[in-house]
Amino acid sequence: MSARSARSVPGRGAGGRGAAAVAPATEPVLRLQGVVKTFPGVRALDGVEVEVLPGEVHCLLGQNGAGKSTLIKVLAGVHRPDAGTITWRGAPASFADPQAAMRAGIATIYQELDLVEEMSVAENIFLGHEDRRLGFVRRAQMARRAREILARLGHPEIPPHRPVRLLPAAGKQVVSMGRALSHAARLIIMDEPSAVLAHDEVANLFRIIRELTAQGIAVIYISHRLEEIREIGDRVTVLKDGRTTAANLPARTTPTKDLVSRMTGRTIEYVFPRRTAREPGEELLRVEHLSRPGEFADVSLSVHSGEIVGIAGLVGSGRSELLETIFGARRAAGGTVRVNGRALRPGSVGAAVRAGLGMAPEERKSQALLLGEPIYRNVTLAAFGAYATGGLTNAARERAEAERVAGQLDLRPRDVRRPVGTLSGGNQQKVVVGRWLLGGTRLLLLDEPTRGVDVGARAELYELIRELTAREVGVLLVSSEVPEVLGLADRVLVMREGRVVHEAPADELDEGTVLDLVMAGSLMEEAAV
Amino acid sequence: MSATEAPASPVSPADERTTTGPGRRWGGLSETALRNLALVGVLVVLVIIGAVTRPDLYGDPVRVRDNVFTILEQASVIGVVTVGMTFVIIGGGIDLSVGAIVALAGVWCTTVATQSYGTFGMIFTALTVGLCVGLVNGGLISYGRLVPFIATLAMMVAARGLAASISGKQTQVSENRTINAIASTDVLGIPLLVVILAVVVAAGWVLLNRTTFGRRTVAVGGNREAARLAGINVTRHTMLLYALSGLCCGIAAIMLTSLSTSAQAGAANLYELDAIAAAIIGGTLLSGGRGSIIGSLLGVLVFSTITNLFAINNLATEVQNMVKGGIIVAAVLVQQVRFKSLTTIFART
Repeated sequence: MSARSARSVPGRGAGGRGAAAVAPATEPVLRLQGVVKTFPGVRALDGVEVEVLPGEVHCLLGQNGAGKSTLIKVLAGVHRPDAGTITWRGAPASFADPQAAMRAGIATIYQELDLVEEMSVAENIFLGHEDRRLGFVRRAQMARRAREILARLGHPEIPPHRPVRLLPAAGKQVVSMGRALSHAARLIIMDEPSAVLAHDEVANLFRIIRELTAQGIAVIYISHRLEEIREIGDRVTVLKDGRTTAANLPARTTPTKDLVSRMTGRTIEYVFPRRTAREPGEELLRVEHLSRPGEFADVSLSVHSGEIVGIAGLVGSGRSELLETIFGARRAAGGTVRVNGRALRPGSVGAAVRAGLGMAPEERKSQALLLGEPIYRNVTLAAFGAYATGGLTNAARERAEAERVAGQLDLRPRDVRRPVGTLSGGNQQKVVVGRWLLGGTRLLLLDEPTRGVDVGARAELYELIRELTAREVGVLLVSSEVPEVLGLADRVLVMREGRVVHEAPADELDEGTVLDLVMAGSLMEEAAV
Repeated sequence: MSATEAPASPVSPADERTTTGPGRRWGGLSETALRNLALVGVLVVLVIIGAVTRPDLYGDPVRVRDNVFTILEQASVIGVVTVGMTFVIIGGGIDLSVGAIVALAGVWCTTVATQSYGTFGMIFTALTVGLCVGLVNGGLISYGRLVPFIATLAMMVAARGLAASISGKQTQVSENRTINAIASTDVLGIPLLVVILAVVVAAGWVLLNRTTFGRRTVAVGGNREAARLAGINVTRHTMLLYALSGLCCGIAAIMLTSLSTSAQAGAANLYELDAIAAAIIGGTLLSGGRGSIIGSLLGVLVFSTITNLFAINNLATEVQNMVKGGIIVAAVLVQQVRFKSLTTIFART
């Protein structure tokens, strides 16, 4: 059954689109008013208003960092809000922990599904509330109830005894939803459920969502793909910088440009350093037809010395994988990477570093730092061999070089013998970038350089990245924050689903255009209408 | 909290006091130095217990000296094995096959054929066997992507089997006088076995704290992905760590052969557990990334002093094993408390 044909099926459930598209006819199942959540240095939610009706698909839209994830976690009982009220089924509610939210009837399906791979489908569905008698699990009973639930989800063909690891991604998602149903959930939150699915599986997901809503269950649906929101959504709430900028817009009829304009335009304006007027120098990096199946395909790009090239794209668009492949941390299936005209040995980080490449990876703590080790040893992690004589390290030289870098980066605190784990996120990032200022790094690959970095430190990092270009260093920058790519880069590539879909000088692009390209929107389509 | 022994700092004590990092508390002593001091304290307590229970023995300086050398000699074989083990654990792995490698290297170097090549042939054989078995371990783990626990568990079983098959399950007597004399020779009044231990420990300390090899070990064990993305050849380094452990076992095999003037497939039983336990109470993190050679040595000494304490008082070894178990648990509990206080400091900043 195709999703498109389903659209014409009448009677789409209790709170169906026709009845409740704009004016709420029934009492909302969930209402958030003025919800605030702050973390050290960040005001993640700053007065969020959301209202969800029973049986509707309510879409949350917002850029990275708009507060969607924090909002989900507040609803799922992971975080407790600092201020504001949550009204759940007509009564004020506060969820102390995820179990409490689950018991109240709110189920959350995260992007990375929290299933136990080695356990069976039935065991996963009833995980934590198994059917028991005298301490023994009633397996037959559980299998029967699992079969009922799977049938309700339209997937009676999934065997309850099969280990979850043998199921495809779509099947795992069904099991996750089955768990939600086993808790008699009244609201299911889905965080980018389509990101892990192939195209035809998305149609199936939509069919399940329609069956759920027909039973009066509300769904909060989060996706960056506008076409999906148009197809499955009833109403849309837009978030920006932790605030609701528009609530309860009709999902199908609101023009794309209205949605995009409510997501863009920062209230906090980042200060970007001025672009240098110089012409870029010789070509440092040339990537031709680089491919890795399932990640990205046929990517060609170049970076010149003194130039910042930005890649805009969503998580899952293949941008991080592309960067890691250029750096040799992943082996390319096809295509070439040339540095200063010489082909780089594929799959060898050592060769890339020797050729003058450096990378600040996406996950600072798990991919870049030795948190318990002193700052100076983290700064010299890629260079301590160069300061050693006959295999003996030179601690004094390392500290001196690290102190020099710390001075350049204005690292605070300056004492390079402190464990790097005691630094703030911004200063940790400076250490990672500083690592590549020591040797002969000519080209720096930066993956989400300002993730988890507070506003003040961001400006410093931007300044630092811009300064690098004055030293003839080339920079290839990846970020999910469109304003960051536009503000910092000289030239911008837009990636979507593993392909470069657009390339232009940064000053010829604006946030809305890039966002639309990134989200596979329909600006063209609407222009035609 | 420096991950290794506090390096001889060029900074004056006055400067030390002005720095306030968590690694520089307690008057400039690092976390590791503190932990080692605590182990020295445990040793002192054990010696006092010895002196109280056997005043006759501790009243005579000559007998005290002899007893200290006895303790050190007992510690020497397992001490050498523990140095290699410490590197493997800091590098994020584990080596369960060390006891079996010691037995195999011992048996191989005492076959009639090997003995016919003389002292040099025997030593060369023991070291080569240790190194090669270590390389096989390392190859399986780094290139074959086996979990260290599984790979070395398999090697533990297989190497003992090979040793039994080579020796025909017989005890092989060493006829080589030079080898047999190692255990009974003194250098400047110090038993040669103790000198060998001292040399291996010193070499291990330098290797861990002063060389690029040591830095790579800490990096690979502390954050494998970060090490890889910094251009360190993680695969090759992992293999070298197991080779180093195997080499240490080869040295230990020669020492053990000399001590018993023989070798057999069942020798060095449960050495892997003693070595791991010593490294752990010495402050090496089982998850890798942090550890101390001096700490491991002190851990070995604590164990051999306890053994000695029971021996001089003619007490049953069963009780001794229970005490050892208790000490391992106590040491790990103390470490967790330390680690917790450290993480709260991280969280505050």
